[in-house]
Amino acid sequence: MPVHHLTTPLTDTAVDALRSGDVILLSGTIYTARDAAHRRLCDALDRGEQPPFDLRGAVIYYVGPSPAPPGHPIGAAGPTTSYRMDSYAPRLHALGLKATIGKGRRDATVRKALSEHTAVYFGATGGAGALLAQRITAARVIAYDDLGPEAIRELTVKDFPLLVINDAHGGELYVTPQLPEGD
Amino acid sequence: MRKIPAKDVIEAVARLCTGCNHHLPQDVRAAFERAHAAETDDVPREVFRQLLENADLAANSALPLCQDTGLAVFFVEMGEECRVDGLALREAITEGVRKGYGEGHLRKSSCDPFSRANTGDNTPAIIHIDLVPGDRLHIAFMAKGGGSENMSRVTMLAPAQGWKGIRDFVVRRVAEAGPNPCPPVLVGVGVGGTFEYAAMLSKKALLRSVDDVHPDAAHAARETELLDAINALGIGPMGLGGRTTCLAVKMAVAPCHLASLPLAVNIQCHSARHGEVTL
Repeated sequence: MPVHHLTTPLTDTAVDALRSGDVILLSGTIYTARDAAHRRLCDALDRGEQPPFDLRGAVIYYVGPSPAPPGHPIGAAGPTTSYRMDSYAPRLHALGLKATIGKGRRDATVRKALSEHTAVYFGATGGAGALLAQRITAARVIAYDDLGPEAIRELTVKDFPLLVINDAHGGELYVTPQLPEGD
Repeated sequence: MRKIPAKDVIEAVARLCTGCNHHLPQDVRAAFERAHAAETDDVPREVFRQLLENADLAANSALPLCQDTGLAVFFVEMGEECRVDGLALREAITEGVRKGYGEGHLRKSSCDPFSRANTGDNTPAIIHIDLVPGDRLHIAFMAKGGGSENMSRVTMLAPAQGWKGIRDFVVRRVAEAGPNPCPPVLVGVGVGGTFEYAAMLSKKALLRSVDDVHPDAAHAARETELLDAINALGIGPMGLGGRTTCLAVKMAVAPCHLASLPLAVNIQCHSARHGEVTL
């Protein structure tokens, strides 16, 4: 499997070259957002306000980390299930968001948006929160502090390990289970 | 009447919360090792390698296994000849959760269902209490993550659907959940009782160890049949394909109404964090 070293912000050229199944080591700056932060972010866009970070070329990580213990930049930080953000993702991709990181299947509207806006969906290993935290070197809250674990954080990552689940060309990595005949 | 100081309950519950969120149960870790050896493709093998490394890291650092440290779920058996001294049992457990999740740097995931405002201390816990003979207090704890809980279901089958209906519903539920609940999963199946009791049975079944064999041979055979059917789906660890979709199916059965066949499927992620203590 090809291994791509990618650095943020992501360009159309870099995203266009990715295919489902590619192994990615991502470095640079990424932003955390999950359920409540997405709702607030999209409410802000509805009011014509600027988002709390530049969406162009950006990567959003669907994660609500555990609190940072003393001496650590962040607590455990593995992905949450992505489908809950499906209703928000196409709008953000249209505004320049290049990638999301999570776990689990995306719906057809998201997959279509990836093709239309040259974007990609990465999977990280769910439940490997302690392991993934080792690749996060800095973290700071940049918006919605009152949401606690759901606040938007700016993370600095180094060689963050990902798989391309859905690419910009309709590729899908997840297995479609075969139910027995007649069921 | 034996008295158990409230502080003993608080301390024991706090230790359960922090301990379980750092130490993967040994039977689950052993199942990872067997699955790692059984997988032949690179991708599922790499997932298990990461999960084993993650377990070692969490056991030896201040970082928990998973950022979703769960809602705190308790199954409590309170001896009729003992009582908690100083606080009500429920308050003592709640205080233990507050202490364990606070001092242990665990995530607080409890929120109001409408405003979505975080309650701030991971309380209230979900506490099921049974009164039993004796003078001991037995507390079983489970850190239940939201991703796997979201993939769980309760249904009321018609009695005519029988075992085939049960089997098809369980297998289809795991198939539809696909990569979402962090496979390889453990599947708790509650059969019988009432609507709410089936759900409770399905969760309580998840407290059994991976290697535990159901004492009723017919139910044990059904658990094996379900496990084999689920693993034949090929979903694999994290939904990336492979032989290991499910580590164990655990069934709990109770009599039900003549008109009903209640069925609950409680899906547990691979980070199957639980533990127990007797005071």
